[in-house]
Amino acid sequence: MVGIMKPMKSHPSVHAGPTCGRGRARRMMRWAGLQLPLQAALLALIFSATGRADSLDGSLAPRGGFEAKLQYCQDCHGPSGQGYRGFYPIPRLAGQQTQYIENQLRAFVERRRPNAIMANVAHVLSPAMINALATHFRSLNPAPLGGAPRQLVAAGRQIFEGGVPDANVAACAACHGPDATGRDQIPRLAGQLYPYLVKELTNWGKERGQLPAHPDTSFIMAPVAHSLTKSEVEAVAAYLSYLK
Amino acid sequence: MRYIPLKTAALAIVSIAASVLLAHAESLAIRNCTWCHGSSAQGYTPAPRLAGQRALYMENQLVSFRTHVRNNPFSKQYMWGAAGSLSPQTVRDLATYFSSLPADAANDGDRELAAFGRTIYQQGLPDANIAACVACHGPNAEGVAEIPRLGGLAYTYLKRRLQQWGEGYHATARPPMPRIASKLSRDQIEALASYLSFVK
Repeated sequence: MVGIMKPMKSHPSVHAGPTCGRGRARRMMRWAGLQLPLQAALLALIFSATGRADSLDGSLAPRGGFEAKLQYCQDCHGPSGQGYRGFYPIPRLAGQQTQYIENQLRAFVERRRPNAIMANVAHVLSPAMINALATHFRSLNPAPLGGAPRQLVAAGRQIFEGGVPDANVAACAACHGPDATGRDQIPRLAGQLYPYLVKELTNWGKERGQLPAHPDTSFIMAPVAHSLTKSEVEAVAAYLSYLK
Repeated sequence: MRYIPLKTAALAIVSIAASVLLAHAESLAIRNCTWCHGSSAQGYTPAPRLAGQRALYMENQLVSFRTHVRNNPFSKQYMWGAAGSLSPQTVRDLATYFSSLPADAANDGDRELAAFGRTIYQQGLPDANIAACVACHGPNAEGVAEIPRLGGLAYTYLKRRLQQWGEGYHATARPPMPRIASKLSRDQIEALASYLSFVK
């Protein structure tokens, strides 16, 4: 409730909303000699009871607070960070390494990773907020969304665990770990969305490490992504998308 | 003599085309939809355009009318009854048919609001925690699979649908729309609906 009061008091839309019971509430306040906090709380109750959430929105919870920002992430990435198949695949954040998320959000802002939507999102997040959000998603472990072609899984597992020696592709497990859970800046891949993995591996050279003056860890993946064929990409993505 | 094959061919083409058209026209299920949604399914306030809508989306909506998840007043009044007795096969057939029709943009929003609507749609409003619609609905608001096409729908329909989430309707629908739309202010909704009504 503490967080709610300030915006309630200062936001003009509060006073533009329905007025049912407000005068009475005021008189009650005066009568009881109570101060603003209770009045604000009562107003919040009155307004939520009238169901007019649309006229109040943005004013109930602090917009820059953790809960509001967490919901903002969840709106696209799913309530448990499980990812979402939108027009563009929206990646799973659940169980992801905090350092990886922090680095990617910085990469969006610095245009190392060009993505207009995520650059906007990341731009308004403080480092402390990013850390809090990343820590939250790190702690989640919902079931993978699945949906990839099952018949590719066996071949994908082979690539993940053994690499493609003829093409000089190392075993993915060597860096991402035998369970594909990642470490530090190396991302967890287990349970990641199939279309997202395919898109990233296919476009690595265009989507990652786009600021030559500011090279980042994405360069490690560049030769790997380049050497994998389309069917190998799809196979390893299918395997990972089912991995718990 | 030499005109006869030509005439026969022309007659054959006409009759095949006519029979296809008649087969559609005579489908009672389709006619029951087009009474309200317009004979070419371009929508007629408050019934939305169905032409060119994503088939899977329409299937899901017909189910959500039957299960009363979609519960705004017009849905209750018209669509609960209309969708209540449709067989799963009819639902699929109707969705496939209407999704295949060419769609016209309504173009009936406020042109002055459209620029702000475009900003919300394409970029979101990060300070207000409003997600960019484009991520799920696509760069031309074309939708995909179960995600609806929004481009060119009528202003009043878009506006009412967006308002209804915030008014508590469709509350049991699957995330994320109930919460995302509930965050939109009246100005933001009017801007979005205006922009989308012009998208081809």
